[in-house]
Amino acid sequence: MSSELTLTEIRTQVREFIAGRYPQQEIADHDDIFALGYVNSLFAMELVVFLEKVFGATIPNQELQIDNFRSVDRMVSLFERMRSGGSPAEAAPVAVSG
Amino acid sequence: MTTDSAVRGPEVPDAHRRGRVKCVVWDLDNTLWNGVLLEGDACDVRPEVVEVIRHLDSVGILHSIASKNDRAAAWQRLTELGLTDLFLHPEIGWQPKSESIQRIAASLNIGLDAIAFVDDQPFELAEVAYAVPEVLRVDVVDLADAIRWPEFEPRFVTEESRNRREMYRTQSVRAEAEREFAGTNEDFLRSLDMVFTIVHAEREHLQRAEELTLRTNQLNSTGRTYSYDELDAIRVRDDHLLLVASLTDTFGSYGTIGLALVEKGDLHWDLRLLLMSCRVVSRGVGMVLLNHVTRLARDDGATLRADFVETGRNRMMQVTYAFAGFREIARDGDRVVLERDADLELPEASYVRLVTDPIRTATP
Repeated sequence: MSSELTLTEIRTQVREFIAGRYPQQEIADHDDIFALGYVNSLFAMELVVFLEKVFGATIPNQELQIDNFRSVDRMVSLFERMRSGGSPAEAAPVAVSG
Repeated sequence: MTTDSAVRGPEVPDAHRRGRVKCVVWDLDNTLWNGVLLEGDACDVRPEVVEVIRHLDSVGILHSIASKNDRAAAWQRLTELGLTDLFLHPEIGWQPKSESIQRIAASLNIGLDAIAFVDDQPFELAEVAYAVPEVLRVDVVDLADAIRWPEFEPRFVTEESRNRREMYRTQSVRAEAEREFAGTNEDFLRSLDMVFTIVHAEREHLQRAEELTLRTNQLNSTGRTYSYDELDAIRVRDDHLLLVASLTDTFGSYGTIGLALVEKGDLHWDLRLLLMSCRVVSRGVGMVLLNHVTRLARDDGATLRADFVETGRNRMMQVTYAFAGFREIARDGDRVVLERDADLELPEASYVRLVTDPIRTATP
């Protein structure tokens, strides 16, 4: 797993990816991106592939759950968990905004 | 079939060879025609090669070109020969042929192992063997033998296979429209006026349904294949649902592109197989059929479970289930049972109109 990127850099990249996909929305790090609308397979796959590139590691099957991808915060905690080799931890809260 | 000159891809068990090739990529000089275009040769077409191309086209195998040539000159010659319609996403230029093949595979959204490459130059065959070993290689002198290999023999030929080239051609018109579209991706999808139709499988759907179980890899939940007869038996059982999905948009039809096989229980329904053709992955409709089945189960008071088998090629389906709110509840090696969180809302794709037939028993 890549140790090159700091957590802040990971956060910035994830934030930029999400912002690029929802150009008309202001999205905070704790916002639930799936509450913004329908998610399709292609976006889901692109998101997973993007994260694996940034994380420098494959996301394990047991972590492939929608809750781990709901917000920038959640994706950063997923990375932290994968880096420390830990088991699923308490999820960061997400805001369900309109 | 093991003469020294016969060129093949990696050894594949016989059972997996049948119908493996979805697209043949052709060289031009001294392969499709005699001579070298840029050396001023007459470049008369080889009728036996065109005959092979037309035959394979009629059984649903696509064709493309990887030629080191001047693009305009080569295309002009193909136009004079009246052959341009046969080829999708031709790559004519000076890049390595392995690169051309990879671009063609990406444009058609098919795997490299579904491609065959025909050339007369040992150097080109070797370059492809080195860079993209999954590709099946054929020296043009062996062509007459090679087309009898099982790789070039689809299990059956349906109406869909005969129209396949036309469908892919429509697809590239769409792709062009998409490149030129100025709005967001969602706006583009909305502009297509897509209609997604889900009906109970009738006998006329079964050949295509069988074909889908064989041809679909990325969005396929188990990789299990079903024969026409198996599907015909399942279709009429009261405790099963066999649904087929098709998609149309302003450019035309994508044909029958999805299949769902459900075993209905009192407390939960088991989705034994879900698949969606790679043709529609970029249309954002991968979850429409899944959400529809979830809704039917919910209306019947059942939770939805799904069989999933990691085939090494279907991670996109795994991700689809994960993002549709399914979690693993049991695992045996690479075989997994998933269950959907019943509390989750069911979002609707705003850019697709869903048309369904009423629940009923299929007529035998």
